[in-house]
Amino acid sequence: MAGFDHSPPPPAEARDLPVERYNARLGLVLFAVYLAGYGAYVAINAFRPALMDKVPFLGINLAVSSGFLLIVGALVLALLYAWLCRKPGGNRA
Amino acid sequence: MIHDPSSIAVIVFAIFVAFTLGLSFYLGRRARTASGYFAAGGHVPWFVNGVAFAGDYLSAASFLGICGMIAFYGYDGFLYSIGYLAGWVVALFVIAEPLKRLGKYTFADALDNKFQSRGIKLMAAISTLVVSVFYLIPQMVGAGVLIKPLLGFPHWAGVLMVGAVVITIVATAGMASTTYVQFFKGSLLLIFSAGLTVMILNRGLKADPSPGANAPQTLTVTADGKRLVNGKPQGHGEGQADLRQSGHASKLPGGAAETGPLGPIEYLKAVRESEIVLWSSETVTDAAGNKTTTYSPKPTPGADVLRPGISPTFAGLKSEDLTAKLNFLSLMLALFCGTASLPHILIRYYTVKDAAAARKSTVVGIAAIGCFYVLTLFMGLGAMTGGTIDVSSDNMSAPLLAKSFGELPFALISAVAFTTVLGTVSGLIVAASGAIVHDVMTGFLKLDLTDMAKVRVGKLAAVGVGLVAVCLGIVFERMNVNYLVGWAFSVAASANLPALVMLLFWKRTTKQGIIASIFAGMVSSLGWILLSGDTFDKVYGISAKLSPVPFSQPGLVTIPLSFAVLVVVSLLTPKTNNVEVALR
Repeated sequence: MAGFDHSPPPPAEARDLPVERYNARLGLVLFAVYLAGYGAYVAINAFRPALMDKVPFLGINLAVSSGFLLIVGALVLALLYAWLCRKPGGNRA
Repeated sequence: MIHDPSSIAVIVFAIFVAFTLGLSFYLGRRARTASGYFAAGGHVPWFVNGVAFAGDYLSAASFLGICGMIAFYGYDGFLYSIGYLAGWVVALFVIAEPLKRLGKYTFADALDNKFQSRGIKLMAAISTLVVSVFYLIPQMVGAGVLIKPLLGFPHWAGVLMVGAVVITIVATAGMASTTYVQFFKGSLLLIFSAGLTVMILNRGLKADPSPGANAPQTLTVTADGKRLVNGKPQGHGEGQADLRQSGHASKLPGGAAETGPLGPIEYLKAVRESEIVLWSSETVTDAAGNKTTTYSPKPTPGADVLRPGISPTFAGLKSEDLTAKLNFLSLMLALFCGTASLPHILIRYYTVKDAAAARKSTVVGIAAIGCFYVLTLFMGLGAMTGGTIDVSSDNMSAPLLAKSFGELPFALISAVAFTTVLGTVSGLIVAASGAIVHDVMTGFLKLDLTDMAKVRVGKLAAVGVGLVAVCLGIVFERMNVNYLVGWAFSVAASANLPALVMLLFWKRTTKQGIIASIFAGMVSSLGWILLSGDTFDKVYGISAKLSPVPFSQPGLVTIPLSFAVLVVVSLLTPKTNNVEVALR
């Protein structure tokens, strides 16, 4: 079974500072995008809850559709991040 | 309600427990080194780690607590789902890779990477223990909740059983067995929750306007401890009565009696256009000390069920009450910041080989956890409308929903929920035991322990933490598990996140700043919780109006406070011990 061999731990990963900085900046940009969406969602729920009753499409109200959108959005951004990140050495992960 | 034990449930439960224990004993023979015991040797494949993230994170709070809250109050429970998932964005984009690079066994390793400070080790260890214990309480409460209908045992027996099984799992093989129990549990939870959702959609909605379904119910606990339901002794025998399972639609769209099978979108649309009977409760104590709780039906438009503001927790959102809104903002901030601060989640990054594996496993975790949280809405609404609510306990909604489809689904879902508790509690105990051995004993006290000694002490610490968890699980029996987890998130987000983030992104951070920040975040959030109106009301049993803090959730105040303390103390302390910031 994979992961059960308690051989010595893998050697420490080689550091590549430019790649680490690139990945970190990319992460912060995507974090800011998601934070904007999450912040708007929380603010509407807190200060304009009646807006959540609106039915933008498919007969589902804004409360449910925006909730689903935040869940799907997190996954889409996570996949994008995994795709765009670089590995030490400069290649895409 | 009194739940009769089911023999098939007992058999399935026994199989699950035997499998997890067998796995632990098998792996236990291989955990010989500290790295193997506390971090599975760094050999866990990223996909396994990703599903184990889900198994670790989707605790009793997610499965029992959120489903229960949605079943009782609709959309308000789903707000927790959104907040819990959003926290993973912080973990992936901000924390995952640098944490993996800087640490070895515990999150204190990362904080202390550049300083080699005993103070940081001690403070981070205390924070880990406090957060882990706060998080353990709801898991153990959930265990007791599950065992009641499954085996017919009282709450304390369920808590004791989970404690015994988990201590065995952790004490035998540490992180390796914990990882695979979590992988096993995460996979099963997703599969069976999806299956349950398919059954809910296939059943559709049925209206039940009969007077019997809409009659109020009373539960009286007399001064001498006797329990009466609707005036009769509680039980299932002759001359006895029990609370009936409730929750149904009183009107469906177009006046239909039932909808038949529905797709997911159609289901949500039908709920929105229906009238749903929710249940409210009010407790009165008479002069003789008899406590009577009256459960009353409350027909509610489906549109209200699918918007925020029905539950007592979030009722203030529909008013102009600013403190209620601040309380909500505070909770959602804590959920957002809390995930990436939970020690038992952070240590999972040390079980994979490198930063890329840490990143990939988080993406898998987000996918698995996101899918589950979408399903919680359907499971909660299914319980709300399927006549499967125990009006006296919202935590029971998901297992009772499964029971409405037959004994086998009930047995499977209950066993999965039980492994849910096992997986999360195991992770928490590994985190706590790692903090005791690695941070306190070798980091702070500078004890020179061999690898074997570390493993032995780690196992002893696991037993100790497990016993504490058992005691607390019995004491806090009546608290909603989801609510308790909200507190754990607040403490974690206040104590740990500011230190982690500033260490990574502000080069002026000093060790004194980190120590002060953890201390301030932990003490202020704990103090706020202990002085909050909710604690006054639900724990101390005194009026919430006497609380000196304006709202119950601390995050909105204590997270910024912890950041501010770090900045001020760092600016006031010498630059000599500055970190070379990991990422600029």
